[in-house]
Amino acid sequence: MVKQLTSGERQFAAVILVVLAVLGIAMAAAGRADPLGVHGLIVLLYSGALLYVVLSSFYEREPDLSLRTRYYDDPIKVGIALTMAWAVFGMFIGVWVAAQLAWPNLAFDAAWSSFGRLRPAHTTGVIFGFGGNALIATSFHVVQRTSRARLAGQISPWFVLFGFNLFCILAVTGYFMGLTQSKEYAEPEWYADLWLVVVWVVYFILYIRTLARRREPHIYVANWYYLAFILVVAMLHIVNNIAVPVSLGHAKSYTVWAGVQDAMVQWWYGHNAVAFFLTAGFLAMLYYYLPIRAGRPIFSYRLSILSFWGITFFYMWAGSHHLHYTALPHWVQNLGMTFSIMLLVPSWASAGNALLTLNGAWHKVRDDATLRFIMVAVIFYGLSTFEGSFMAIRPVNSLSHYTDWTVGHVHAGALGWVAMITFGSLYTLVPTLWKRERMYSAMLVEVHFWLALAGTLIYVFAMWNSGIIQGLMWRTYTQEDTLAYSFLDSLVAMYPYYIARAFGGLLFLLGAIVASYNIWMTVRYSPEALTDRAPAGPDQGPLPENVTAPAE
Amino acid sequence: MDVDHDTLVSVSKSWGLFYLIAFSIGVLIYTFWPSNRKRFDKAKKNILRDEDDKPWK
Repeated sequence: MVKQLTSGERQFAAVILVVLAVLGIAMAAAGRADPLGVHGLIVLLYSGALLYVVLSSFYEREPDLSLRTRYYDDPIKVGIALTMAWAVFGMFIGVWVAAQLAWPNLAFDAAWSSFGRLRPAHTTGVIFGFGGNALIATSFHVVQRTSRARLAGQISPWFVLFGFNLFCILAVTGYFMGLTQSKEYAEPEWYADLWLVVVWVVYFILYIRTLARRREPHIYVANWYYLAFILVVAMLHIVNNIAVPVSLGHAKSYTVWAGVQDAMVQWWYGHNAVAFFLTAGFLAMLYYYLPIRAGRPIFSYRLSILSFWGITFFYMWAGSHHLHYTALPHWVQNLGMTFSIMLLVPSWASAGNALLTLNGAWHKVRDDATLRFIMVAVIFYGLSTFEGSFMAIRPVNSLSHYTDWTVGHVHAGALGWVAMITFGSLYTLVPTLWKRERMYSAMLVEVHFWLALAGTLIYVFAMWNSGIIQGLMWRTYTQEDTLAYSFLDSLVAMYPYYIARAFGGLLFLLGAIVASYNIWMTVRYSPEALTDRAPAGPDQGPLPENVTAPAE
Repeated sequence: MDVDHDTLVSVSKSWGLFYLIAFSIGVLIYTFWPSNRKRFDKAKKNILRDEDDKPWK
C-alpha cells in the first residue's frame, strides 16, 4: 500500500502519523493514570505501527504514475479485511453476552467482562466495526465504478479507513475500562468523538471530489444513499456529542443537553443512526450490487428516487417513537409515531423495487447463494421496516418497549438485512476486486448462507416469543389489582429463549468465520481459471445475459 | 425576541406540514419531468456496462 505512493506522499503520510503520535504522547502525559492516558498510549502504538509500515517502504522505488489512470482499489481490499475481522470480533462478543444472560457466571467475576461493558463492545464492534468498514470499503468501490473515476486522493482514503478504525479501537477499549457517555450507540468519550469528526469531514470531501470527476451528467442513485449516510451521520454525531470534558486531562465529559432535551437529542441521533448508518448506506449497496449480481438494471429508477427522498425526510422525524410514555410532550410522540408509519411507504417501495428487479431471474436466485443473500436481505428489510412502523404505534409500544421484542426487531434488521446485504455485496465484490473468476468455494458460500439464515430465524423467533411473553407477564394483574408476576418470574420464563438466542447467534458467528476463510482463500489462491473459462454451472453463480459477470 | 415553547409548537405544526408538502411536490416534479426520463434510463443501464474496468480519463 505504501509502494503506490510517491515519495512526497510518503513524506506527507509520515508527517500525519508523527503528528498523531505526538497527540498520543500528549494524551498519555495529560491523562496519566486516567483512561485518557491509556488511550494516549494506544494512539501512540497505533500511529507507531502505521509509521513503521510507511518507513519500511519509504525508500522503495517510486510507483509508475501511469497506474494512476486505474481505479484505486488497495484501500478497498484492506477495508474488506478489516470488515471481516470486526465481524468475527463483534459477533463473538455478541455470542458471549448472549450466553451471559443465560449463564451469568460467564462474566468470570471481572469488571471488564461484565455485561454492561461487553454489550457496547458488541454493538460498536458489529455496527461501527463491521458495518462501518463495509460501508467505507463498498462506498469507495461504488463511487469509482458508477462515476468511472478514480478516488480523488492518494492518502485520504487511507486516512479515512485507518482513522475510522482508530475510533472503533478507542471506543471498544474504552468500554473495557468502564468508559462511556451512557448514550446508546454514542458511548465513546469526547476526544474519540472529536477525532471521528476530523475523519468524517475528510471522508465527505473525498467522496464529493470523486463524484466531481465523473463523466455522466447524472449521479447514480447508490451514491445519493452513500452521501446521505456520510452527511447525516456527521450531523447526528456532532449534535448528539456536544459535551464539556471535566478537564483536558480527563476522559470524562458531560453533555450540554439536559433532561428531556437530552433524551430527545439522543433518540433523534439513535433512530437516525439506524436510518442513515444501518439503512441508507446498505440501500446503496443494494442499488449497486443487486443489479450487478443479477445482471439486470433496477426495476424502476424513478421509484428509487422517490423512496430516497421519502426515507431521508421521514426518518428525520421518527426518533421520538423511542420515548413513548415519557416526559416528552405528547405531540412530539405523536409526530414520531406518524412519521414512523409513513416510513413504511418508501421502505416498502425500496424492498418492492428490489424484488421486482429479481422478478424473471428467480432461477438465478435458486442457483446462486450470493444473490440469495441479497434477496433474503430484501425480505428482512421489508419485514423489519413493517415491524418497526408497527412497534412505533403507542399502544403496541406499551407492550413491546423494554422487552426482548425490541432486541428481536433490531436483530431482524441487523442480521437479516444489514449483515446479509453486506455478505451478498462482499461475495460479489471480492472476486471482482482480486480479479478472480469466482469465490474460492461456492459450497462454502452456500454453507454460510444456510448458517446465517438459520441463525437469524432462531434468534428472531426466540426474541419474539420471549419479548411478548415478557411484555404480557409485566402487565398481567390479579383480581386484587396487584401484579401477577414478579420481575424474577419473567426472568425465569426467559431462560430457554436466552439459550436459543445464544445458539442462533453462534450459528451466525460460524457463518462469518466461514466467510472470512472463503474470502482469505479467494485472495490467496491465484486463479488458474482466468485462462480456462468454464461454462456457467450452479457452483459458480449465474452469468448475466447481456453483460460481463461481476466475477470476471 | 423570546421564542417560547408555544411558538415553536405552532410553527412546527403549521409550516412544518407545508414545507414537507411543498418538498414532496418538488420531488415528484423532478422524478416525473419528461426530459429527465432519458437521463434516468441511461443511469440505470450504464452501471451494468463496464467494458474495461477503467476510469474514463
